[in-house]
Amino acid sequence: MTDLNWLAVIPEIVLLGMACLVAMLDLFVTCPKRRPTYLLTMVSLAAVAGLHLCALDDGSSVYAMQKMVVTDAMGHLLSLCATIAVAISLTYAQVYAGPRDLLKGELFTLSLFALLGISIMIIGNNFLSIYLGLELMSLSLYALVALRRDHAQSTEAAMKYFVLGALASGFLLYGLSMMYGATGSLDIGEVYKATLTGQINKQVLAFGLVFIVSGLAFKLGVVPFHMWVPDVYQGAPTAVTLLVAGAPKLAAFAITIRLLVEGLINLATDWQQMLMILAVASMTIGNLAAIAQTNLKRMLAYSGIAQLGFMLLGFVPSVVAGNTVSAGNGYGSALFYVLTYVLTTLGTFGLIMVLSRPGFESEQISDLAGLAKRNPMLAGVMAVFMFSLAGIPPTVGFYAKLAVLQALITTNSDLLLQISILAVLLSLVGAFYYLRVVKVMYFDEPAQGAPAVDASGARLLLSLNALAVLALGILPSGLMSLCAKAITQSLAG
Amino acid sequence: MQTMSFILSLAIWLPVAFGVLLLAVGRQENAAVARWVALIGAVIGFLVTIPVMTGFDNTTAAMQFVEKASWIERFNVFYHLGVDGISMWFVPLTAFITIIVVLAGWEVIEDRPHQYYGSFLILSGLTVGVFSALDGLLFYVFFEATLIPMYIIIGVWGGPRRVYAAFKFFLYTLLGSLLMLIALIFLYYKSGGSFQILDWHKLPLAATPQALLFGAFFAAFAVKVPMWPVHTWLPDAHVEAPTGGSIVLAAIMLKLGCYGFLRFVLPIVPDAAHQFAPVVITLSLIGVIYIGLVAMVQQDMKKLVAYSSIAHMGFVTLGFFIFNELGIAGGIVQMISHGFVSGAMFMSIGVLYDRVHSREIASYGGVVNTMPKFAAFALLFSMANCGLPGTAGFVGEWMVILGAVQYDFLIGLLSATALIFGAAYTLWMYKRVYFGDVTNDDVRGLSDINAREFLILAVLAAAVLWMGIQPKPFTDAMHVSVTEPRKHETQSKQN
Repeated sequence: MTDLNWLAVIPEIVLLGMACLVAMLDLFVTCPKRRPTYLLTMVSLAAVAGLHLCALDDGSSVYAMQKMVVTDAMGHLLSLCATIAVAISLTYAQVYAGPRDLLKGELFTLSLFALLGISIMIIGNNFLSIYLGLELMSLSLYALVALRRDHAQSTEAAMKYFVLGALASGFLLYGLSMMYGATGSLDIGEVYKATLTGQINKQVLAFGLVFIVSGLAFKLGVVPFHMWVPDVYQGAPTAVTLLVAGAPKLAAFAITIRLLVEGLINLATDWQQMLMILAVASMTIGNLAAIAQTNLKRMLAYSGIAQLGFMLLGFVPSVVAGNTVSAGNGYGSALFYVLTYVLTTLGTFGLIMVLSRPGFESEQISDLAGLAKRNPMLAGVMAVFMFSLAGIPPTVGFYAKLAVLQALITTNSDLLLQISILAVLLSLVGAFYYLRVVKVMYFDEPAQGAPAVDASGARLLLSLNALAVLALGILPSGLMSLCAKAITQSLAG
Repeated sequence: MQTMSFILSLAIWLPVAFGVLLLAVGRQENAAVARWVALIGAVIGFLVTIPVMTGFDNTTAAMQFVEKASWIERFNVFYHLGVDGISMWFVPLTAFITIIVVLAGWEVIEDRPHQYYGSFLILSGLTVGVFSALDGLLFYVFFEATLIPMYIIIGVWGGPRRVYAAFKFFLYTLLGSLLMLIALIFLYYKSGGSFQILDWHKLPLAATPQALLFGAFFAAFAVKVPMWPVHTWLPDAHVEAPTGGSIVLAAIMLKLGCYGFLRFVLPIVPDAAHQFAPVVITLSLIGVIYIGLVAMVQQDMKKLVAYSSIAHMGFVTLGFFIFNELGIAGGIVQMISHGFVSGAMFMSIGVLYDRVHSREIASYGGVVNTMPKFAAFALLFSMANCGLPGTAGFVGEWMVILGAVQYDFLIGLLSATALIFGAAYTLWMYKRVYFGDVTNDDVRGLSDINAREFLILAVLAAAVLWMGIQPKPFTDAMHVSVTEPRKHETQSKQN
C-alpha cells in the first residue's frame, strides 16, 4: 500500500465525482434545455482540463495505484486534449440535440463516463486498467449511439457498433491474456522486462501480438477492421458521431503507445510490419471509398480511416535495427497528427450540426451547395477544414503530414521512402474529394428553396476552431515541440 | 541594408492583410468600397517593392534584403527571406501585375467582388513569398498555398467549364508538388537537418540520389511551367479563368516553375541536370515548335494565347538547360518580358470579351474600324508576342537563340523557327480579329476603350517598350547572380 499515490490521479477522481454529481443533479432538473446540467458538466470539464494543464509542465512520470496507472507528459497532454474535445463536442451538441429530444441527462452523464474511460486508457499501465478503461468508454459510447431510440438507423448503428466492438474487445482481451500467459505479468513494465530476456516462447508472443494489434486496429478504425466506422458515423446522431470520432481516437492512440511501445517494443519488428500493412491498406481503401460517397458523414468516416492510416505510418519507422533514435521522432509526429486530426474533425462535424435544423440533418454533401453565398463565414470555415484534411499549407494538416513523412524518410530506408511516396500519391486522391466539398460550397448555386443558414450558438466556437487550424498552420512550432517533448519524456520515464 | 530588411515581409504580408480584410468585412452591398480598398492594397503592395529595385546591389551574387528568424524549431525551419539577381525582378513584377488585375476586373466582376479581389491580393502576397523564400519548407508552403486562391478564382468566376478546369489545375499541380515535398524532406535528411536552400546548394550528392531528386523536382516544376507533355491543364485553366485569373496565371504563376528550375534543380543537382539536359532540351523544343503549330489552329483567342505561353516557356527551359550564361540570362529576361506581354495579350482579349462575350476568333473581324485606339495597342502587344525587335519579347528570345547556337547549331536553328511560328499565329489572329470589313452587328456596336482600359493598356505598353529598348537594368541586375553560381554549378557535386 506504499504507493497508492492518490495525488497523481486527482483529475480522474474529480472527473468520477463530477460525473456522479451530474447524474444526480440531472434528476432534479426540470428545465427542458438542461441548462444546470450543461453548466455543471462544463465546469467539471474545465476543472479537469485545468488540473491536466497544471500537471503538463512537470513532465515526470509518476506511478500510482500500485503501478496500475502512470501519469506522464504524454498522458496529461492527451487527457487535456480529450477533455477539451468532449467539451467542444457537447457545446456543438447542445444546439443540435435540443430539437431532437436528445438533450437528456444521459447525454452529459454518459459523455463524462466515456471521458473517464478515455482518461483511464490514457494513463493505464496495466493490461487490466487499460481494458477496464476501454470497456467503460465503449459501453458509454454504445449507449450514446442508441440515444435516439425510436430512430431505426441509429439503433442499427448502435447494434453494429456493440456487436463488432464487443468482438474487438474480445480480440484484445484474448491477446492480452496470451501475453499474460507468456510473461506472467499484467504490468506493462514487467512485460517489457520479461520480453527483454528473450526467454519467452516467441510463438505465443507473436500470436498474442496479432490479437492485440487487431483489437487496436478496430478501436482506431483502420482497414481491415474499419467496417463499423462508416455505419456508426452515419447512423449515430451527429452530436454522438462527434463524441465517437473525436476523443476516443486519442485514447486509441494512447493505448497503442502503452501496449505496443512501452510494453512490447522488443517485438517492434513484428508489429511495425503489421502496422505498415494496416496503414497502407487504410489509406488506399479509405481514400478510394471516400470518393464514392454522397453522404458527408460517411465521406468523413472514410476520410478518417485514411487519415488514421497515415497517422499509423508514424509508428512504422520507430525501431530500425535496434536503434530507437527515430522512435521518438515517429511517435511524436503521430501524436501531433492525431491531435490535429481530432481538432479538424471536431470542426467538420460541428459544422454539420450548425447547419442542421429540426427535421433537416444537412448531412448530404449536396446540402452544402452554394454555402459561400448563403453564409460566407461558415463556408470559409469549412474550406479551412477541408484544406487541412487534404494537407494543403498553410493549414495544420500539412504539418501533420510533413512530420510523419520526415519521420519515414529520415530513417534512410528505401522501403519507407517508397511508402512515403505511396502515401503522398494517395493523399492526392484524398485531395480530390476534399476539394469537391469546397467546390460544392463555392462553385455551385444554392439548391432551389434551400433555406438561408441561420447560424447562431456554436458559430463563435466554430470560427475559433477554424482559427486554431489556421493559426497552428502558420505557427506550428509550439505544439510540435510539445508533442515531441511529451513523447520523449514519457518514453524515458 | 540593415534598416530595410523588413521590405520583403511587407511585400508579402501587406497584400495578404488587405486580402484578409476584404474577405472578412466585404459584402455584396459595398462592392464599390471593396474595389477601392483592393486598389489601395495593390498599389501599396507595389510601392513597398520599389526599394527592392532601387536599393538592389548589382555587384554581388549574395542574397539581399535578408530576413531570418526561427520558425519551426523542431525541424530547424527558418522564416528566411532574401532576393538575388535571379528573383529580384519577380517581386515588383508580381505586385505590378496585381494592380493590373485589380483594374482589369473593375467594372466586370459583379458577383462577390470582395472575395475576388481578396483572393488576388492574398495570391499576390503568397507569390512574392515563393520568389523570396530561402528556406525549402517556407518555399513549399508558399508554393502550395498559392493553389487555394487560384482554385477559388477559376472555380467561382470562370467560364462554363470552370469546375473541370479548377480541379484539373489543382490536382495536376498538387501531384508534382507532393513529389517535391518528398525531395525536400530527403534533402533535409541528407544535409543533416537543414532546410536552407543555400546549404543545399553546397551539398555533395551521389549520382543516384541526384537523379531521383531531379525526377521529383522536374515533376513539380515541369507541370507548373508547363512543359510538353504535361501542359494540358494550362489551356483549360486559361480559357475558363476570368481575365484577371488568366493574367496572373500567365504572367506570374508560370514563372514559379521556371524559377524553381533555377533555384533548385540547376544548383542542387547539377550532375543530374547535365545528364538529363538532352531530355529537357528535346521537350522544350517540342514545346516551342509543336505547341506553336497547335496554337496556329486554335479557334479560341484565349486558347491561342495559352498555347503561345507554353511555347514561350519552352524558350525559358531551353535557355536554362543549355548551361551558358546567355541562355540562362535570356531565360530570365524571357520570364519577365512574358509577364508583361502575356498579361497584355490576355488583357486585350478581356477587353473584347467584356463587350461581345465571345472568345471565338470567328465572332470578330474588322474591330479596327470601331475600336481604333484599342487596335493600336493590340498591334503593339501582338508584335511583342512574336518577338519584334524593340519590344520586350525580342530580348529574351534573341539571347536564348544566341546561347543555343553557341551550344549546338541545330538546336539554335530549331528554336529560331519558333519566331516564324510565333509571328504566324499571332499575326494571323490579329488579321482575322482586327482587320478586314466589319463582319457582324456585335463588332459594329463596339465602343472604343474607356479611360480605365486605356490606362491599363498604356502602362503595359510602356513596360513592353521600356524592356525592349532598354533591357540593361534587367540584365545588369541578374548578371552577377547568373555568372557567379555558374562557376560551381559546372563542377560535379558527386564525391
